[in-house]
Amino acid sequence: MRWLEWTFLAFLISIPLWVTDQYFIHILITTGIFVIAAMSLNLLLGYTGQLSLGHVAFFGIGAYASALLSLGFDVSLGGGLGIAVDPKPVWLAFLAGIVMAGLAGWFIGKLSFKVRGAYFVIVTISFAEVTRMVALNWIDLTEGPMALSSIPPFAIYIPGLFEETFYKKVPNYYIMLAVGTLSYVAIQRTVGSRFGRAMIALRENEPLAQSVGVPVTRFLLLAAVMSAAIAGAAGGLYAHYIRIVDPDIFLFIYTVTMVIMVITGGKGTLAGPVVGGILFGILPELLRDFAIPEVQWMIYGLLMILIVFFLPQGIVPAVTSLFAGRGTRRQRDAQPGVGGGQPTQSHSE
Amino acid sequence: MAERRACLSVENVEVRFGGLVAVSDLTFDVQDGEILSLIGPNGAGKTTAFNVITGYQAPTGGTVSYNGVVLNNLPPNKVAELGLVRTFQKTSVFAGNTVLDNLLIGQHLSTSRKLWEVLCGMPSVAREESALAEEAMRILDFVGLADRADELGGALPYGEQRLLEVATALAAKPSLLLLDEPASGMNPTEKAKFMGLVEEIRKQGVTILLVEHDMPLVMNISDRVIVLNQGSLIANGTPADVQGNAAVMEAYLGPGAPHA
Repeated sequence: MRWLEWTFLAFLISIPLWVTDQYFIHILITTGIFVIAAMSLNLLLGYTGQLSLGHVAFFGIGAYASALLSLGFDVSLGGGLGIAVDPKPVWLAFLAGIVMAGLAGWFIGKLSFKVRGAYFVIVTISFAEVTRMVALNWIDLTEGPMALSSIPPFAIYIPGLFEETFYKKVPNYYIMLAVGTLSYVAIQRTVGSRFGRAMIALRENEPLAQSVGVPVTRFLLLAAVMSAAIAGAAGGLYAHYIRIVDPDIFLFIYTVTMVIMVITGGKGTLAGPVVGGILFGILPELLRDFAIPEVQWMIYGLLMILIVFFLPQGIVPAVTSLFAGRGTRRQRDAQPGVGGGQPTQSHSE
Repeated sequence: MAERRACLSVENVEVRFGGLVAVSDLTFDVQDGEILSLIGPNGAGKTTAFNVITGYQAPTGGTVSYNGVVLNNLPPNKVAELGLVRTFQKTSVFAGNTVLDNLLIGQHLSTSRKLWEVLCGMPSVAREESALAEEAMRILDFVGLADRADELGGALPYGEQRLLEVATALAAKPSLLLLDEPASGMNPTEKAKFMGLVEEIRKQGVTILLVEHDMPLVMNISDRVIVLNQGSLIANGTPADVQGNAAVMEAYLGPGAPHA
């Protein structure tokens, strides 16, 4: 049943109409950006079963590529060679950021073509560290620790007719929501199709998948590219909303945050990263009013441990099976109809 | 028996793991449309031979070819594309997927919709999906698991998981089906039913290569039996020929054993 997804989307669309607190809208935007990144990680972690602990690299590449193209740059490669790029429109830079992140995903997928499990984890961690070092040290291009600043925000520009630059929060909220919805639908359709089944087959039983003719590495590569491209889109949103990008964007802690969102929400479910992302995005803000930061972090950590301990499958599968009311715990992995943010009983088809 | 054409040829295949010779100088054919059983004591190299044929293990020597195509360096999924589909000795299903989804995964080679069609939600995708589901239900009905379609693969009882393996393999539309001890762990009733099923599959034009330890089953169902011992072929013939073969007797019972 799709009504839950539509209801939730309508609710999200309505928020700026009755929420006037601009700070709260800001929290929603940053949370939404993280939810998109978590959704992209879920495609790899939840569906193909490969843990990418360098996922923030794709987020950062999307952010840097989009920021740099919209600002323009002039960089010398040594030996008289150089690249100079004039500032590009933000939408073009944003798309290019997605493509760049997707290419990076392709590269990592190819590199880790034959490795699985722990080796894949190590390759991805190393890749994120390398990108961070590049961002930190290639000062000509990235400004290093001085950060890229004054990044132009999103804008709509139709020559002679209409021109609007989105400095305000509400339009950015809707842009985030549009990108998030598109990403959600893309992931939903993919995992519910033959492509998603092949990815799940790789997670469940790789030799068996091969025996029936599934070229598993090809689908792993596809998942890596899609996942990286969506993470890159999240990075682009971040760059043009926050309007400052520094190498800290590649910090390991952000990958960990995404992993926590996916695991607590329920990996391999569509709604999992949305639920986990909203929970861990909003929670620190709710706690801020009545707890000092140290206590906040303790509550945060305790909650995480409790969820993983008592609901090892994550919140969404637990609530789904609760509502399904049956003794058999059924995984909802391959079923595209599961929830749109709020976990509940949900039948596909 | 009528003259048949050899589809699978295994010629002088050798597999070494370091100093250990798992299979040495193995040569045999599989004829179109037959049920051929591969038997031998534990460690004789039966599963290794399966792995070589289906691309899970590269041979250190010799050639395997199917209808003239050399399989030696093909990965398992390419071998499956040529119509050779195997099951595994250790029960192997997609445990976290429903029985129906197991078959839908098995039908991968019959799917052709492009990613953009899926992302755009084209009607052709829904058409393909419903055709696949229909065919999957037909296969489930055939093996007798139709009422289990919505259960999780891993939740089925053991005997039914073995049936699911065969159903998943059939979903890939094999022309040669390789079954690695498919009846192990089944009770006698399940075994009898299973033999009937294998016969039915053959009647639909699928050639079958069977590894099995259950001798009554093997002798009953096979057109031809080949016997491996310590990596080498020691007998090749009809069930009756093989049963009377002295070398086979020795391989199973040891030298000088009384008449079995």
